[in-house]
Parts: sequence; C-alpha cells; structure tokens
Amino acid sequence: MASVTAGTTAPGPSRARRWLAGFREKEARTAYLFIVPWIFGFLVLTLGPMIYSAYYSFTNYGVSQIAGIDPVKTVGLKNYRQLFHDHYIGLALKNTFEYGLMMVPARIIVALLLAMMLMKIGERAGGFFRTIFYIPHITPPVAIGVLVLTLFNGGYGIVNKALAHIGITGPYWTITPGWIKPTLAIMDVWACGGTMVILLAALYGVPRHLYEAASMDGASKVRQFFNVTLPMISPALFFCFIILTLAALNQFTVAYTSFFGTQTGGNGPDAALFYAIYLFEQAFKFFNMGFASAMAWLLFAISMVVTGINIFVTKRFVFYQGAERS
Amino acid sequence: MTAGVGAQENQPPGLSGGTPVVPQVVRRRWRPQPKASWLTQSLFYVLLTGVSILFIYPFIWLLSAAFKPRGDTFDNALIPHDWAWNFTGPHLADPAPQYLFNVAPAARWLFNSVWISFLGATLTMFVSAMIAFAFAYFRFPLKNFLFAILLGTMMLPGEVTMIPVYLLWNTIGKFTLAHSWLPHIGTNTQYPLWVPNAFGSAFYIFLMRQFFLGIPRDYFEAARIDGDGYFSMFRRIALPLAKPALIVVFIFEVQAKWFDLMTPLIYLRDQATWTVPLGLKFLLDRFNLAGGGVPNYQVIMAGTLLLVLPMVLLFAAFQKYFIRGIATQGTKG
Repeated sequence: MASVTAGTTAPGPSRARRWLAGFREKEARTAYLFIVPWIFGFLVLTLGPMIYSAYYSFTNYGVSQIAGIDPVKTVGLKNYRQLFHDHYIGLALKNTFEYGLMMVPARIIVALLLAMMLMKIGERAGGFFRTIFYIPHITPPVAIGVLVLTLFNGGYGIVNKALAHIGITGPYWTITPGWIKPTLAIMDVWACGGTMVILLAALYGVPRHLYEAASMDGASKVRQFFNVTLPMISPALFFCFIILTLAALNQFTVAYTSFFGTQTGGNGPDAALFYAIYLFEQAFKFFNMGFASAMAWLLFAISMVVTGINIFVTKRFVFYQGAERS
Repeated sequence: MTAGVGAQENQPPGLSGGTPVVPQVVRRRWRPQPKASWLTQSLFYVLLTGVSILFIYPFIWLLSAAFKPRGDTFDNALIPHDWAWNFTGPHLADPAPQYLFNVAPAARWLFNSVWISFLGATLTMFVSAMIAFAFAYFRFPLKNFLFAILLGTMMLPGEVTMIPVYLLWNTIGKFTLAHSWLPHIGTNTQYPLWVPNAFGSAFYIFLMRQFFLGIPRDYFEAARIDGDGYFSMFRRIALPLAKPALIVVFIFEVQAKWFDLMTPLIYLRDQATWTVPLGLKFLLDRFNLAGGGVPNYQVIMAGTLLLVLPMVLLFAAFQKYFIRGIATQGTKG
C-alpha cells in the first residue's frame, strides 16, 4: 500500500489510516463476517493447495512419501522434463485435442440448427421440443458411458442394427481405435440440450426490427443469417465455445466409465486415454503425485492459452450490443 | 451485454410471494418471431420429430432393457418379449441371473447419493447467497480485489488443487484416527464430498451477486430504517426475493453431485459409502462381458435406471428452473 501513503500531505488522518479505519466500520465488519466462509475456503482449498501443488511438482512426492517411509526430495525440473519424454503425455494431448475438435464444433452446429428450427415453429410447439431436446443433457455421464458400451456395441448394439437396415455395415465403435472418439463425440452431440437452450435464449434476444430492416434492404435469408443473426448471438456462441472447449480438455467421466477401471485390468485402449484420465491414473493409481502435479500445471497452462486465444478471437469477431465494434 | 433472457428474468411474476414486485424484475415476454411459411414449418416439424425420436430413443431403450431378463438386453426390442424384475429376488449362486439389490448395496448408494446431493446443495445455496449478498450490497475495503480473486478461481482447473486437497484429507484422516475421541473424518469417509460446499462456490456466488444487484438498494435502506440489522435484512428481504435464483443454484449443485464420479472414486473405498455413479461403474466392470463369467447386463441396466430416473423426476418437477438457469448463463456476456 506504499502508493496509497505517498503524496498525502493534507492534515488529518493519512489515507492509509483512513483505509485501515474502513475495516473498523460496522458495515465492513459485517461484510467480512458474511464472506469469511469463502475466504477460509479459498485459503484452505484453493490457495494453499495451489502452493502445495506447485511445490509437489518439483519433488518426487509418491506413495512412499505419503506413507512417510522415504523423505520428500526436491528433484528440480525432472517432472517437467518428463512431460516431454513420457510418450503417453503426447498421446493423451493428441487424443484430447482430436476429441475437442470433433465435439465442440459438432455440438455447437447441431445445437444452433435445432435452436433456429425451434425459433420458426412458434412458442408452444417450440417449448415442447425444447424440453425433449434438453432431456439428454440431464443424463449422468456414467449412464452415458454405459449407453456408449451398449447402444454402440459393435456386434449387438442398436446403432449397428439400425445401420444394417439401410445397408451400412457399422464399425466396431467401441473397439476400433479410430471410432472411439467419434462415438464419444456423437454422445456429446446427443446431449447438446444445454448449448441449445443458451443459443435459443440468444436468438430470442435478437430484435426483430433488424431482420425487417435487412429484408427491406433486400438481404436474402442466408445473408440475414450471416450479417444479422450470427453477429447478434456471437457473445452466446463465444460463451458456449469456451465452456465446451474447457469441458473437452477435462473429459474424464464418460471415457473412464466406458473404457477404464477394473474391467480392462486397468489398461484402457490408447485411443481413449484423455489427458484428465492419464492425470488421474498417475495421481491415484500409481500415486506419482509429483509428476501428476506437473501434469496439472501443464493443463492449467493449456487452458489459459486456449482461453487467451478465444478472447483474442472474440475481440475481432464478437459483437456486444451497445459497444463500438472495433 | 446481449439483450435477451437476462438475470432479471429468473423472477417469474407469481413467485415473489407477499413481497412487493421489484420494478426491474419484470419478466420480459419473448418476442413473437416472424413465422415461416406452412411448407417450411411442416418440414421443420418432420425434422424435429425425427430428431426427437433419436434423442428420446436411448431412454426408452434403457427403460425397457432394465426390465428384460438376462440375455435379452441386446435384442433391442422396445417392449420386452419377457418381462423380468431385476431389482430384488432370491439369492442364487452365480450361474443363475442376479438381482441388483442382492449383488450390491444399491439401496445404500441411492441413500448416500440423495443425502450428499441435498446436503451439499443446501449448504452451497445458503453460503453462496450470503457471500454474494456481501459482494453485492456492502461496501468494504478490498472488495473489488477479493471479487477479482473470486472470478480468477473460476479459471483454475480442479486438477491443480485435487492432489493437495486429497493429501489434506488424508492427513486429517490420520489425525482423527490417532485420536480416538474424534469422529473419523478424512479419506474413505463422505466428508470430502460435501464439506467443501460449506465454503460457497465461485460460480454460484457470481450468479447470485448478479441477481442481488438487480434488487434496488432502496429496499434495503427501507428495511434498515425499520430497524433491521444486516443479517435480518439479508434473511427477510434478500433471500425471499432471490428464491428463483436460489432454486437454480440448488438444482445445479444437486445435478453436479449426482453426476460426479471422480470425487467418490478418489475418496471412497468401502462399498457401503459409495454413491450411485461409483456403484454403477462397479456394476459395469463386474457384470459386463469383460467382467468374467456370464455377463449380467440386466443388473447393469437396472443400475443405470436407478441413476437416470431420479434426475428425470427432478427435471420434471423443476423444468422451468433447469432451462432458465442454463439460459441465464449464456447471456452474461
């Protein structure tokens, strides 16, 4: 608070003193009483663990250190160097990005198409279909994992039966490495109801007079979509994009349920090894806490970079109503 | 900020009870949209009906599979050829078909899941509301700094804090076991699943603060002139007005707890302490084809129904809040 104290030459209590006196106000004391649970939680469950996690990532913290058999030793950057040498890290990152590249655009496009159709059929029928489309979104991910294994079963699953009806021999969705991630992405598209509701709310917010003005200027429906609808809902699209990207980076439950655990003797298929799953295994199966902490910080860095890119892109393309377009 | 379904619209007119309707909190009607021609409309109806069938089919398939006898799961019939009750029955040795509640403490799992969800959601709802109210209404030093930190914590992936928090619970567990007069708290108990909820959650605090900011300050000033203390102001004015937002937070947290696999997977060892998602994962590993022996898919399907059905019922009861809550998120800009 050095900058606060500097430059106070006026008589009376200094600014620092007045600032400190602010804490003694009844209102301030009550406010701190109100937020003390959060401050405690932040210190004990967020800030403290962050510091410890950073510390562990430079140590050999593992199962014998948890048990107290061996002392904790700092190992410098070894864990971070191992991030580059462990070829499963590269594999997990590749899987995660591939999955994200399939899931995020597919889900946004399908959700947008559904939302736009709902817009056109009136409020009552639209509300009915909206409810139907939302229901898959409330399916617990573990149940989705079970459905992946049963509906997409290569030999007996309903999906391949249905495909056989129209003359297509379906692949072994859950066994062929190349089909595992598309299968998961298909289930994510199925659960696109949340994204759809967000986009629908955004679509309803587009003022009607913009369309009227556009059509008076002779803009075609396609042009109206690209020049009116898309700019007007771009904040919601951007929001969905960030949320879904982070969800893809953290994909764990569905893939873990379907392909990992004791059923496979602990070794799931390489094609389903997502970053969060590998991190979980390193931390809680092999108890390589030091290495897993380093992995967690890499994930944090990747999330930051991805969000940073998103924000950079937003500045150029997202149009906030009332703000000047730069 | 986008125009549209804003936070204010979380307040349906009928729900404010006896309290006066806040001027800003008026539900904007959805604007009537330009309707397409009847040809396009009927095309859309056909398309939407087709997609609806695709979206609903897995549920009907699951419901039907849960009532099929062993071996019929993959006949994919929408109405079972033979009906079977796969939940309870006599204890029979392995070659015979198994029943869900015999092979696993599924009733305990259900109880645990319900209990943890409701306890966690109730705690986080009230505590987050309290913290949000402080950030929305009170003036205190460091307010903006603390709020910036709060927003910052939303960016942090859970994986970063996961390991130290586990080790913390592990240490607490060792400590409580070493002192026999203390209750056993730590790993392999259910405390780690819901205790963090008692400290509020950044996302919900942010959501509720937006809501409280929509309530005019005059309401609180009036209450203070009436002689209310700060806490009774919160309890008597803020909480009742925020009921719709509270319900949204409650539902979101129940859903998050009901979905969670990773936390129980990390902390719970004894089957009796498990929640339904973890139990279902166990059933899947044990009774599917890879589990060894004759697969008992009917048990897995019965367990899946046990996990899915409560969420569907909750959704049926609070549909409006599920959809409003989600729609509100996107319009925060």
